Amino acid sequence: MSASSPGLGRRTWRRPPAIANPYLRYGLYAAVAAYFAWATGSLELSWARVAQGVPRAVAIFSRALPPDFSRRSLMVDGFVESIQIAIVATLIGVILSLLFGILAARNVVPRAVYLLGRAVIAVARSFHPIIVAIIFVKAVGFGPFAGVLTLIVYSIGFVGKLMAEAIEEIDPGQVEAVRATGGGFLKVLAYAVFPQVLPRQVGLSIYQLDSNLRASAVVGIVGAGGIGGTLMNSFRRFDYDFALAILIVMIVIILFSEAFSGRIRRSLT
Amino acid sequence: MNSYKWQRYTFAERLVRYLIYLATVAVLVWSVSDLDIFWPWVWDAPVQIGDLFARMSPLNLSGLRQIGAALIETVHIATLATLLALVLALPTAYIAAQNTTPNRLLLWLGRLIVVSTRSVNTIIWALLFVAIFGPGVVAGILAIAFRSIGFIGKLMAEAIEEIDKRQIEAIEATGAGKGKVVLYGIVPQVLPAFFAVTILRWDINIRESTVLGLVGAGGIGLILQSSIDLFDWQTVATILIAILGVVILGELVSAALRRRVL
Repeated sequence: MSASSPGLGRRTWRRPPAIANPYLRYGLYAAVAAYFAWATGSLELSWARVAQGVPRAVAIFSRALPPDFSRRSLMVDGFVESIQIAIVATLIGVILSLLFGILAARNVVPRAVYLLGRAVIAVARSFHPIIVAIIFVKAVGFGPFAGVLTLIVYSIGFVGKLMAEAIEEIDPGQVEAVRATGGGFLKVLAYAVFPQVLPRQVGLSIYQLDSNLRASAVVGIVGAGGIGGTLMNSFRRFDYDFALAILIVMIVIILFSEAFSGRIRRSLT
Repeated sequence: MNSYKWQRYTFAERLVRYLIYLATVAVLVWSVSDLDIFWPWVWDAPVQIGDLFARMSPLNLSGLRQIGAALIETVHIATLATLLALVLALPTAYIAAQNTTPNRLLLWLGRLIVVSTRSVNTIIWALLFVAIFGPGVVAGILAIAFRSIGFIGKLMAEAIEEIDKRQIEAIEATGAGKGKVVLYGIVPQVLPAFFAVTILRWDINIRESTVLGLVGAGGIGLILQSSIDLFDWQTVATILIAILGVVILGELVSAALRRRVL
């Protein structure tokens, strides 16, 4: 480097911008600002009401503390029901999602079946469990049965999609090998497809049990059984201390379930 | 020819498998028998569900304008809540990551925030915020944002923990202060994760914001609930299809964004 280069030593380095093109960069900033203005303007955001909320928040939290764990039997019944809903729904849901996973895998079924399978999974995935729960509560009445049906749909949406993707990624050599021995469709599934995807299926099932447990705690809010109903009632009756107790137990159970499912999944791989 | 028959599993393996099957069936039997299920309703369910779907056709398209407006409101709630969550989640991630947290107390505070916001479902947050701020979109935005803090905070904290330490040391060696280290040492390394997590959460938030209205926190759920209460199944079907469309659109947009920025 020659000493004659001008301004050496005073040259400052500037971080290169994330988007090189300045028009695109400032255009993007302007677009974000415009969207923000549009969104906040079109929603009915009332700051006066937000300000009113602060004393109400103080009132709610002062009534919620300390949490009231005294109504233990009500709480135990609710949580046991939630856990049972999650278990039944996971077992049935996982079996069905294996079925739908096969139907939605491009490499093992004809194209028409594949499209149908994909459509079922897409619909099951797109609706939030609470919406599904409302529909089932209206169709089959209040209670845990509606919750079980809801979580079965939820499981099909998640596990089914990932199973279909896992099946599409299998080694086709094994399928050809089983076919070469004269194996039919079911033999191909049993000896070439399943052995390749079942380890993943077991991991997904345990993950889904955890997800279902979380969801089963809230489907009760719309009447589909479990602790959610108890929580909703305590909220409606302004029993905030009992509601807080339910929430604390819920967080603890979810943490345990997450740790448990994480440990099993790690030991599987 | 010997009489050896090929089997996939040894005897011991099969024994373990059957024991696992047995335990699973036992848990299933316990759950089903203990659940408060009214069996006549179960046997009647296919008929009832079929009946419900029959009542949903033909679609009632008269409320389409109202549904469209509610859907836009739903997307706004999801987007604004995601932005708000980012503002709240990034400092949380900073103190919840083991290598950037200022001290142990803040580390545990960060972890507490992450765990408690993530484990409480959006709809429960919505119940709380409706009780505080009254029904409306403010409660909805806060509910979605709070649930997202834990999600974004956890994933970003993990991203921060996985960064390359040498880059930090290099910047510290130039004499840069704490702010410069964050800006030039940490931010560039976690930026891809930041975009990925934000897009993923936005996609999830669109789905979540469709149910806020059921507890009065704004969005499409409000008119869904009122149509269900009126047994107006034809409008319900229209709303459900509209929700399906928006959710799938959101998924396509986020997939496109992900390809763009990553």
